Amino acid sequence: MEWHEVFKGVAVGDVPAAVFEEEERERRGLFGRLRRNLGKARAVVADQLKAALYVGVDRRLYEQVEELLIAADVGVDGTIKVVDELERRCTAKKIESREPFMHELADVIAGVLRPEDPETQRIDVTARPTVILMVGVNGTGKTTTIGKIAWRLKEMGKTPLVVAGDTFRAAAVEQLDVWAKRVDCEIVKQAKGGDPAAVVYDGVAAARSRGADVVLIDTAGRLHTQVNLMRELEKVRRVIEKQLPGAPHETLLVIDATTGQNGLRQAQEFKQAVDVSGVVLTKLDGTAKGGIVVAIHETLGIPIKLIGIGEQLEDLRPFEPDVFARAIFGSDDESA
Amino acid sequence: MFDALTDRLQGVMQSLKGHGKLTAEDVDAAMREIRLALLEADVNFKVVREFVAHVKERALGAEVMESLTPAQQVVKIVNEQLVELMGSSDSRLAFSGHPPTVILLAGLQGSGKTTTCAKLAKLLKKDGKSPVLIAADVYRPAAIDQLQTLGAQINVPVYAVGADVDPVDIARDGVKYAREHGDVAIVDTAGRLHIDEELMGELVRIRDAVKPHNVLLVVDAMTGQDAVNAADEFRKHVDLDGVVLTKLDGDARGGAALSVRAVTGKPIKFVSTGEKLDDFDVFHPDRMASRILGMGDVLSLIEKAGEAIDEKQAAEMEAKLRRAEFTFEDFLDQLKQVRKMGSLSSILGMLPGVPGMKELKNVQVDDGQIDRIEAMIFSMTAQERRHPDVIDGSRRRRIAGGSGTSIQDVNQLLKQYREMQKMLKAFSSGRMKGFHLPGMSG
Ligand SMILES: Nc1nc2c(ncn2[C@@H]2O[C@H](COP(=O)(O)OP(=O)(O)OP(=O)(O)O)[C@@H](O)[C@H]2O)c(=O)[nH]1
Ligand SMILES: Nc1nc2c(ncn2[C@@H]2O[C@H](COP(=O)(O)OP(=O)(O)OP(=O)(O)O)[C@@H](O)[C@H]2O)c(=O)[nH]1
Ligand SMILES: [Mg+2]
Ligand SMILES: [Mg+2]
Repeated sequence: MEWHEVFKGVAVGDVPAAVFEEEERERRGLFGRLRRNLGKARAVVADQLKAALYVGVDRRLYEQVEELLIAADVGVDGTIKVVDELERRCTAKKIESREPFMHELADVIAGVLRPEDPETQRIDVTARPTVILMVGVNGTGKTTTIGKIAWRLKEMGKTPLVVAGDTFRAAAVEQLDVWAKRVDCEIVKQAKGGDPAAVVYDGVAAARSRGADVVLIDTAGRLHTQVNLMRELEKVRRVIEKQLPGAPHETLLVIDATTGQNGLRQAQEFKQAVDVSGVVLTKLDGTAKGGIVVAIHETLGIPIKLIGIGEQLEDLRPFEPDVFARAIFGSDDESA
Repeated sequence: MFDALTDRLQGVMQSLKGHGKLTAEDVDAAMREIRLALLEADVNFKVVREFVAHVKERALGAEVMESLTPAQQVVKIVNEQLVELMGSSDSRLAFSGHPPTVILLAGLQGSGKTTTCAKLAKLLKKDGKSPVLIAADVYRPAAIDQLQTLGAQINVPVYAVGADVDPVDIARDGVKYAREHGDVAIVDTAGRLHIDEELMGELVRIRDAVKPHNVLLVVDAMTGQDAVNAADEFRKHVDLDGVVLTKLDGDARGGAALSVRAVTGKPIKFVSTGEKLDDFDVFHPDRMASRILGMGDVLSLIEKAGEAIDEKQAAEMEAKLRRAEFTFEDFLDQLKQVRKMGSLSSILGMLPGVPGMKELKNVQVDDGQIDRIEAMIFSMTAQERRHPDVIDGSRRRRIAGGSGTSIQDVNQLLKQYREMQKMLKAFSSGRMKGFHLPGMSG
């Protein structure tokens, strides 16, 4: 998937050729990277699975698939669903050997992650300004992802503006400031300890008066169980809605790929509070697989839009269900 | 949401009630539920496998205490095994005879290292130590600012020389600085992936440069299956002394605690329960066990029941209940038993689902009331205690006078008694799901 396919409102003509070349490199690189980064433990399981696959499709094989899905944090319910569907298909298609089995497996997982309407997986930046609100629990990568998105948009000829809506955490504003400098974009900020809703109001107003294309709003990390902080976030959203009809155009929930089953609770609560429109899955450059997004998409229908694969500006990629599905099994076999 | 494990086990272990030994059949059914419960709590699947094998061994042929149902008995065993695995509650740090004592914090990105540095410093300061914070994260934007801000909040010096210096040098020089300005050096390092050989190598060099007395791994309590991989790599590279578990203020079940403990063999020393610098506590293995099992304080209730309830008495009580012969004398006995276990309201509070349980609403007794109830029962004649039906208007007046209570109180007690009897019947006939009060059911 190319970046102009991710962002609706970026014309192909706007994208410099260098970006395409780089994309092609990345495309080839990403899979290798995810593969290289496989933990040893995981690699062993994957090897076992492969070895077993030569023998054929039997009970033990399904158990190994189950194990792999559990190890990827897909969760008990999600695993049962995937394996049931896999079994159903393999029986129907009389699949008895490795290649088609792997193919089917990846397809079942990708199927769960593919939204019915592919358009919903895109990020629409046609509105001027487009407002994107970043939310999530502590330390998942909200601020970093804002820097990455802003940079990507700028590369594609848009004018991003970032808003330091985290007025709570020590040096959160300074952190976003560094990213704004790296991207070379404007930042709207206030002194620490202020009302986030007030900064956000200023930010959206500034974007309109200065003609910025996309406003990226950082918010303080908060656990979904913290009632007051969730209310504060609701308020931030309401302020944006009032100020600019149709905004926020995107509310992105940032989920850390190392997150276990709690990720589903996070998505439920944030969705209820601020109507999350998409998920960014970060830290996929580690050995964690981020399988909880399977449960998030399956139970809540929230599309996964982007993935984070590092700490640098360019370490952001579109989420591709097929690539993700294959990466769960650590397979570098593109046909699998 | 997740049903308490007891409920789930109750569902699969109907065969055996009250007495005897756990059968192989019971145990097998139970193990499946335990496996699922632990996986849902994010305990690593390999750790689960091993754990379940141990529990199975212990459970097979185990005597079922008369005060417990087989399901409760299994939960008790699971809990004991969990607590055992989670290790001691030893949260002491190693202190050097030649200050400064050096504490090195490491972990994945965003796990809470920088915040934990400040929390530790605050705690140590309270203990009369003079900590110094060392800003050795030169990668994350504004990481140094963050540590400086936190240091200022708690009035602790921060050694910071900017982001253009090699972290190894910062750490080494920081410890020298700490020798002059304090007695404990706490080194904040950049978040790093366990598979990032370059940064893991740097961590090893920092470790070699400062020779820490404590290397602590900071782990997010929301971490899933991958916790074992990360913890194991950090252990291999820098040889951990302990673990700090953060973000426990959320509703994650925290199975990572068990996983990390299992692969590192090192104790969890502290838990972090919020963003404020006071939200820091020593680790309690028993609390963590019940959290992982998702059962609130049910476990401590089961433990207490095991200690407090006289099993023979409980059996007699059960027999009486079956014959619906529950008297005020029994009521008094029950109160005494219950008191041995702690205050009544706290016990009711421990029961899952109690606040919503209709049958219990009218029986809710506050602790001051227990004294009055006792006084009233003491003012009853033996006949009245055994056959409460004979208590008419004039007897009520007498009981109220004798116990220094009012007629309303006596009426209330009689009403409660009837409610209690109804409820107990419901319990013993198995109509009510959920936890069984010890001795009150079969
Ligand atoms: N390896 C890796 N690290 C990441 C990624 N995204 C973010 N990080 C790192 O994760 C840490 C936390 O990132 P932040 O952007 O500060 O997270 P946040 O959600 O804004 O945190 P709070 O505002 O404190 O809640 C930083 O060290 C980032 O460099 C990623 O995709 N991969
Ligand atoms: N709710 C909650 N938040 C916490 C806790 N501990 C830390 N945090 C928050 O988690 C986020 C990350 O904490 P940091 O201390 O910056 O984490 P770090 O490990 O130093 O991050 P990097 O240096 O980027 O790797 C911040 O928003 C903290 O306020 C905790 O116990 N509970
Ligand atoms: Mg942030
Ligand atoms: Mg830090």
